[in-house]
Order: sequence, then structure tokens, then C-alpha cells
Amino acid sequence: MLELRNVSYEVEDNKTQKEILKNISISFDERFIAITGPNGGGKSTLAKMIAGIIKPTSGQILLDGEDITDLSITERAGRGISYAFQQPVRFKGITVKELIKLAAGKEITTTDACKYLSEVGLCARDYINREVNASLSGGELKRIEIAMIIARGTKISVFDEPEAGIDLWSFNSLIKVFESMHEKIQGNIIIISHQERILNIADKVIVLADGSIRSVGTRDEILPELLGTVGSCKQLTDKL
Amino acid sequence: MDQIQKELLEQVAELHEIPTGAYNIRANGGTYGRNTTANIDIVTKEDKPGIDIFIKPGTKNESLHIPVLLSQTGLKEVVYNDFHIGEDCDVTIIAGCGIHNGGDENSEHSGIHSFFVGKNAKVRYVEKHYGRGDGNGKRIMNPTTIVKMEEGSYMEMDTVQIKGVDSTERLTQAELLKDATLIIKEKIMTHGNQHAKTDFTVDLNGENSSANVISRSVAKDKSHQLFLSKINGNAKCAGHTECDAIIMDEASVSAIPEITANHVEASLIHEAAIGKIAGEQLIKLMTLGLTEAEAEAAIINGFLK
Repeated sequence: MLELRNVSYEVEDNKTQKEILKNISISFDERFIAITGPNGGGKSTLAKMIAGIIKPTSGQILLDGEDITDLSITERAGRGISYAFQQPVRFKGITVKELIKLAAGKEITTTDACKYLSEVGLCARDYINREVNASLSGGELKRIEIAMIIARGTKISVFDEPEAGIDLWSFNSLIKVFESMHEKIQGNIIIISHQERILNIADKVIVLADGSIRSVGTRDEILPELLGTVGSCKQLTDKL
Repeated sequence: MDQIQKELLEQVAELHEIPTGAYNIRANGGTYGRNTTANIDIVTKEDKPGIDIFIKPGTKNESLHIPVLLSQTGLKEVVYNDFHIGEDCDVTIIAGCGIHNGGDENSEHSGIHSFFVGKNAKVRYVEKHYGRGDGNGKRIMNPTTIVKMEEGSYMEMDTVQIKGVDSTERLTQAELLKDATLIIKEKIMTHGNQHAKTDFTVDLNGENSSANVISRSVAKDKSHQLFLSKINGNAKCAGHTECDAIIMDEASVSAIPEITANHVEASLIHEAAIGKIAGEQLIKLMTLGLTEAEAEAAIINGFLK
């Protein structure tokens, strides 16, 4: 279980202190936890904080009871935290297979690498030896990013807007990826998303706005509120 | 051959023992071993140090190894090697120079290689430079490569200098006739106070000739690199030059590409980029469990692969 206790994050902006995250306290113990809310609300900052890329100005982060607030990115990765970037990074010269090998943390066979790629809807044969460079499209990179998280197989996985750029690949497939990840690892999957279809599978939905938790609850509690019209939206969410 | 020389040979030619096929091994200024085949002849030059290599027209799938090893401190040599590659050949030439300098005097090898590539011949040329030894003497290599390509010929040059060479000035000049193609891939990594200069001039003289000059380099510590690349399009031709460098620590890198079109149908492109390792690349690999140093090594290894 991952827990944030009174976490705040401030940055200096034009010589004034700006609070990006304000006294956040929340636990992540469910199967799927969705974080949603308006742009600029602090969602990606929260994800980066879980991965250790940024450190809170105050507050604590605990993983299974251990205080990991001061642990580095590498140490947190070692403790079982994975983070899929919103905008995946390109690497000249490093192939898809090599990157998946680094993610898996051990030598992998081509068959293993292919298995991860086919789970995200990529024909492995076409991709395995390609460089993770500018020749890959945004959508392809996004899927490779997800395949890396599958290869890592850690107890906490954070996805920052995984649905962006997956036009030809259906949401159902993405949801299946999350389901099979959970089946294998029984961990907690945290998904930042604006997509109702993803929010719809969440066991817990957190609405983050203006650096604070505006509301938190089950999808049945939060979704009607989010869609703004309690009662009339039931049919709509069912359709989704 | 002593242990030091054996290790140098392994580094520059990936050879654990004497190769099969044609070879000429030069060690400490003398000829250590030579083998010729029915199709590849090697003849010692009489007017200056070096060899003439004659590859018979139509020779296919043969290889030639010409490693140079220096393990004696203070040795300075200039060697002239001429390669006469007959028409319709398809051959691989593996050159390379390894210097072990355990003394205080400079060791220096300047190899001047001239290639005469016959009509429709195909050549792959691989060259590795490697230096080591803990003496104060510098390890210096100054290779000059002159390439003359006949109609329809194809040459691919892979040159690598990854470690231990204190100073290098590489000069490459090529002239291409009709339908000839030249591909140069250069990889350089410098560290400490090393200095590397690489200077390419390619003249695309024949119709439909093409050249692609690609350099990837990493400059660490206080090292300095200078990349010069000139392509002259004198006919209907295609030329591309690309320099991509990662800069680290207090190193400096200059890239000066120059393309000149002297013909309306010449199509020439140059690209040059220098920058440090992107922070997000390091962060991504660290989120996969690598330390910062491991992440840096993985990025550099991929880049120079």
C-alpha cells in the first residue's frame, strides 16, 4: 500500500511561492485508482512525486509502512514503483528490445519481449529491433512505454494519461492490460486519466483540482458528480 | 607475439589468434606475419614503408586483415598502404591500430591508406583504434584515407575510436564517379584531455553518385573534438552529412559542416546537433531501476553502438 501524508509541493514563480500540491493525504490500496481533474490541477506532479522525480516540500510518502520520502528514483524503482511517462522519452541507438530488457531488469528472450509487445497491440516482429528514436510515432512510443511497465511487473504502477495517442488500439485492450497486470501481480495500479471509460473501471476515483483533493470515492459516487448532472447521467455512464 | 600484443590484436581486430585468409600484421615497425591468397596479394613497398594490396577482379566474399600493433614506447611511424580493388569484387577489409604505451615517450602511428575501388566493386572497410598503457607518453594516431571510386562501386567505412587515444587527426578524402556510393559511419569517444579532429571531404563528381557521412561522438571530461565535413556536389548527386554529439563535463565539441552544390541537380543536406544527455532520458532509465551512472552508460553505449 502506498500512502501520502500531508504532502505539499511549492515552487517559486515570479518570486512568489506557488503551491502545486496542498496538504494531500491519501492512500492507494485498491486494485485500480484513477486520478482525474482539470489540467494544471497537480496530477502529473503527484505521479512524479510517487516515482521520486520530485520531492515534496513537506509531508511523507510511505510504501507498505516504510517512509520512502527521501529515497531516490532508483531506490523507489527497486522497492517496486513503476511510472509510465505521459510523454515517453526517445533514445538514439537503444532498441525496443534493449529498453524492455532494462525494464525487466534481466536478460530476456526475444519471445519474452514479443509477448510484452503483443499485449500492447504491437506486432513484435516489426518493432523488436527498432531504435526508440524519432522514427517511432507518439502512439507507438506510448505503447512501448506501457509494455515496459508490464515487463517490470511491480506492485505499484503509475500511468500518466496512458490513453493518449492510442487511437487505433481500443480502450478495451488497454483495460485488459490493466486487468491482466493486476491478475499477475495483485498490486495497485494508479491511472491518471480524463477518459470516462477508464474512470469507469476504477475502484477509487480521486479528483484533484487546484492542488487539492476536491473529492474521493467509488466510481459510483464520483462519476455522476463529475458529469455534473446527478441522476440523468446514469444511463450515459452505463453506455460507456 | 607477447601478451600485450595479443590483447591489442584482440581489441582492434577482434582476433584471438592469427586470422584465416589474407592478412598482414605489422608490429612495432616490422612485419610480424603475412599471408596471401590466390586472389589477394600483398607486396612490401620498396620506396617507403607500407604495402601494396592487390585484389583480383571478381574476388567475392574474401576478407583481409591488416592490424597494426605498437607496444614499444617512443615509436613513431608513417605507413603507406595502397589497396587496389579489382572490378566486381565483394570484400571486407579489417584494419585497426592498437597502441600500448607504458613509457614516457610519445608513440605515434600515421597510416595513409589509399583505396582504388574498381568498377562495380563492393568494399566494407572496418577500422578500430585503441590505446592503453599507463605511461606518460602520449598515444597518437593520425589516419589519412584517400578513396577513389570508379563507376558503380560501393564502399562502406566503419571507423571506431572509443578508448585511450590521446590525440587523433583523421583526414578522409573521397572522389566518386557515376553511380558510386560511399557510406561513412564514424564513432568517437574522447575523455581526459584527449583531442580528436576529423575532417572529411567528399567530391561527388559522377552522375547519380551519393555519399552519406554520419558521425556520432561523445566528449567527456576536458576533451575536445572538432568535426569538419565538406561535400561538393559537382553533378546530379545526393549527399548527406550528419554530426551528432553528446557533450559531458567540461568537454568542448565543434561541428562545421559545409556543403557546396556546383550542379543544379545536386541535392545536399547537412545536419549537426550537439547537446548533453537529456535529463529525462536519465530519469526514465532510473525509474526502471538503473543508477544514474548505469543510466548514463546505457545511453552512451546505445548512442555509439
